[in-house]
Amino acid sequence: MSPDKMVHMANQIATFFKSQPGDEAADRVAAHLSDFWEPRMRRQLLDFIAADGAGLDPLVIEAAKRMNAPAD
Amino acid sequence: MKDFIIPWNDTDMGTPAKTGAPVTLTIDGFEVTVPEGTSVMRAASEAGIQVPKLCATDSLEAFGSCRLCVVEIEGRRGTPSSCTTPVTEGMVVRTQSKKVQKIRRGVMELYISDHPLDCLTCAANGDCELQDMAGAVGLRDVRYAAGENHFEVRQNGEENPRYIAKDTSNPYFAYDPSKCIVCSRCVRACEEVQGTFALTIEGRGFDSRVSPGAADDDFLTSDCVSCGACVQACPTGTLQEKSVIELGTPSRSVVTTCAYCGVGCSFKAELNGDELVRMVPWKHGKANRGHSCVKGRFAWGYAHHQDRILNPMIRDSIDQPWREVSWDEALGFAAARLKGIQEKHGRRSLGVITSSRCTNEETFLVQKLARAVFLNNNTDTCARVCHSPTGYGLGQTFGTSAGTQDFDSVEHTDVVIVMGANPTDAHPVFGSRLKKRLREGAKLIVIDPRRIDLVKSSHVEAAHHLPLKPGTNVAVITAMAHVIVTEGLADEAFIRDRCDWNEYAEYAEFVADPRHSPEATEALTGVPAEALRAAARTFATGGNGAIYYGLGVTEHSQGSTTVMGIANLAMLTGNIGRPGVGVNPLRGQNNVQGSCDMGSFPHELPGYRHVKNADVREVFERAWGVEIDPEPGLRIPNMLDAAVDGTFKGLYVQGEDILQSDPDTRHVAAGLAAMECVIVHDLFLNETANYAHVFLPGSTFLEKDGTFTNAERRINMVREVMKPLNGYADWEVTQALANAMGANWTYSHPREIMAEIAATTPSFAGVTYDLITEKGSVQWPCNEAHPEGTPLMHVDEFMRGKGRFIVTEYVATDEKTGPRFPLLLTTGRILSQYNVGAQTRRTDNNVWHDEDMLEIHPHDAEQRGVKDGDWVKLASRSGETALRARITERVSPGVVYTTFHHPDTQANVVTTDYSDWATNCPEYKVTAVQVMPSNGPTDWQEHYNELAARSRRIEAAE
Repeated sequence: MSPDKMVHMANQIATFFKSQPGDEAADRVAAHLSDFWEPRMRRQLLDFIAADGAGLDPLVIEAAKRMNAPAD
Repeated sequence: MKDFIIPWNDTDMGTPAKTGAPVTLTIDGFEVTVPEGTSVMRAASEAGIQVPKLCATDSLEAFGSCRLCVVEIEGRRGTPSSCTTPVTEGMVVRTQSKKVQKIRRGVMELYISDHPLDCLTCAANGDCELQDMAGAVGLRDVRYAAGENHFEVRQNGEENPRYIAKDTSNPYFAYDPSKCIVCSRCVRACEEVQGTFALTIEGRGFDSRVSPGAADDDFLTSDCVSCGACVQACPTGTLQEKSVIELGTPSRSVVTTCAYCGVGCSFKAELNGDELVRMVPWKHGKANRGHSCVKGRFAWGYAHHQDRILNPMIRDSIDQPWREVSWDEALGFAAARLKGIQEKHGRRSLGVITSSRCTNEETFLVQKLARAVFLNNNTDTCARVCHSPTGYGLGQTFGTSAGTQDFDSVEHTDVVIVMGANPTDAHPVFGSRLKKRLREGAKLIVIDPRRIDLVKSSHVEAAHHLPLKPGTNVAVITAMAHVIVTEGLADEAFIRDRCDWNEYAEYAEFVADPRHSPEATEALTGVPAEALRAAARTFATGGNGAIYYGLGVTEHSQGSTTVMGIANLAMLTGNIGRPGVGVNPLRGQNNVQGSCDMGSFPHELPGYRHVKNADVREVFERAWGVEIDPEPGLRIPNMLDAAVDGTFKGLYVQGEDILQSDPDTRHVAAGLAAMECVIVHDLFLNETANYAHVFLPGSTFLEKDGTFTNAERRINMVREVMKPLNGYADWEVTQALANAMGANWTYSHPREIMAEIAATTPSFAGVTYDLITEKGSVQWPCNEAHPEGTPLMHVDEFMRGKGRFIVTEYVATDEKTGPRFPLLLTTGRILSQYNVGAQTRRTDNNVWHDEDMLEIHPHDAEQRGVKDGDWVKLASRSGETALRARITERVSPGVVYTTFHHPDTQANVVTTDYSDWATNCPEYKVTAVQVMPSNGPTDWQEHYNELAARSRRIEAAE
């Protein structure tokens, strides 16, 4: 998937959970990514963050640390 | 062959069933007890006594015009008509006496004096109530000399001025006025059942004639929507299916389920031998109650269309012509390729797309193929691109993704919101049932950028139409909640009892913020604040409130958020858990509900249970003897992305045409082209097949056993009406493919697959073919707690326990208009065509719609110098296509609209890759576009047509 598309999709998820009350946004974004993103998508996200993560919402970057490690 | 009508009585009871206190009367000496309000005619029928009748039929209210059903009632003068006389306690009725016999014979004599006596060559011979009644009343001679009449072409050597020639303009049925007895059943069916009011009786007395619309109209040019209700109601050969005229009256029938939209109408397929003669809506069908639309009733000719492919085909690469081969060779070729791909690229390099057109059993096997044979979760279905946000949104708020009601519920509704749906076109039989309720006085609120037919049509007018700008659904729904909360209209008792109060408190604080007021959001949504306030008040205070919605809600960047907003609105007003209320997603495809139930999504096993849950995996691991991958699989758009990236190489697509139906066609094409093995299992060489290496011929819904689950969670039987032309039902083909890969599946009938579903899926635990056959249909959940199924969900508590309010912040889509693309394109479908049109385009339905048109407002058209019917170019940041313009005020200025039924149009070349934040459901409903005059098809369209023609070549047999 193109990096732009991935950034767009991840930021959309972060935008929703940021709007929710409470302080669990990062955990909930992480859970959403673990539940719905196939391992190679999560791998791509981690690799992208490791490179520079440009354009990603900081909440995504925080959530990526908490999501399930992609199994191979 | 078993006739599936036998267990159920199809007798025409004369007048509709009523509900009321029991009333006991005596008919011909027999005591019978019926509900108050029942007619004497129906009571007699209940007692097994058929009173002769012509103008009465139990799908219509009594009319009392034919005078054939007269009876004698003790203590009453004269001979009242039994159809219009309600029963009373202790009434004593005689249906047969010298007196009434004489009257009936006299009536019949008059009818027959103006009727051609060509019974032996009449298409209705043997299927004619006039003929039956002549026999029943003992008509033996007609004393009246032939005088003025309506049936002779010439009289006394002159043209008969009263004779009107047959109207054969409708492709599916003929109207022969010479056989008409003016019973008005057709006119009443058009009004009461269909709600179109296309037919009328013109003239008075002997001059009375049935007429479709204005004087110069025929059936085709009139408002007639070809639903077939008039043909069904006609007691003679006046309105007759052309297929019966051509093929003769059918001799056997099988009850089955329509394979078009998510209403899931029950039909009787009527045949001679294995030749289908007609499809007639089945009156005991609980979704349709005896009604139908032009698609289910008439558009089944595709099953025998010459384009249908009946032999398997393979090719090494997509630039080669197809080669017809044996099933063994095709399956061996496919299996070897798939195995080779997995060896080289890993087990997650393959996937499947299950079909929402196929049966539950077939879908179950396709996802099982991914999970138990490919050993991954790469399975998805077309719900991805339609109702996946419903799954997520309702799952989060209520605890399950299903619609809450049955269709009968609409009969108890007082206020209806229809949002982003166009039922009269896309779910026509439900549309008719809704219109009937609206004519009885229920109020309607339409939330849609287009002025759909429901906004104003014959005897139906919306109380409020909120023509919002595409993409602002969440803002509108939240503003409605704002009005309800701030004006104190919320049902706090319901909320305290049924919902999580703390979450409600947070939600109420959120929506009460003035920035969500209709006044604050008006500039954004384009909906006048006062209109929105009025609509919100109507919904909150008008009695039973029901919300029906479609893809105009889901196919947005915030599709899931809008679904949650709708659920909030229902909970806020206490409209959950009883008849007449609820949240009702109108499903697009016949079995999209079922395909979701069956575990087609890559993150969940059958029954909506996430693959991460070890206990759920264990159930299937034990049943299938494999290890289930705990990681979610790829969704359709992700599969295509992964294919372009080179990590996804093989796809088995059953009954879905992703190249035409999915957004951003160029990207879909690039994904498919990058794969090494695409297997298309379909009736026709569809657009996706242009990129396929293996083609496995599919079977139609007429050719197999199984079940479909409609939008009300109703599991209906699909029955093998005829043997598959291609040799195998689709479930057999999937099984053969699995076995070619070494699976060793041994199903011999779909009932065994259903048994496996029931054994592994708690909400289906009680479902068996025997139960469905006995009950006619069953709504899940069907298990120990609900042995006969569940018509209404969340009655005492929500599936998840407490209903959950979720904050719904509006987020503008990134698909924005600007100087380059100043208009918003939204898409939809129309009555006569169905989705990608693979079926309906191969029927006579093309007379109503043979090309996709771009609807554009006169203001926008004039600015661009576009006239009605001109070719225009439609361009977005994704691509461009060309089609012809239709200038109409149904769309607002700034909005254009088209359908996507025809592959030549390539509407999805224009749509983008933006999608719902939660589910990746594409944002079909909002694309920023420009429209400009053009000379004809674009280079892309011409190039595409060449490619398609080249891809469809089949090598001549040696």
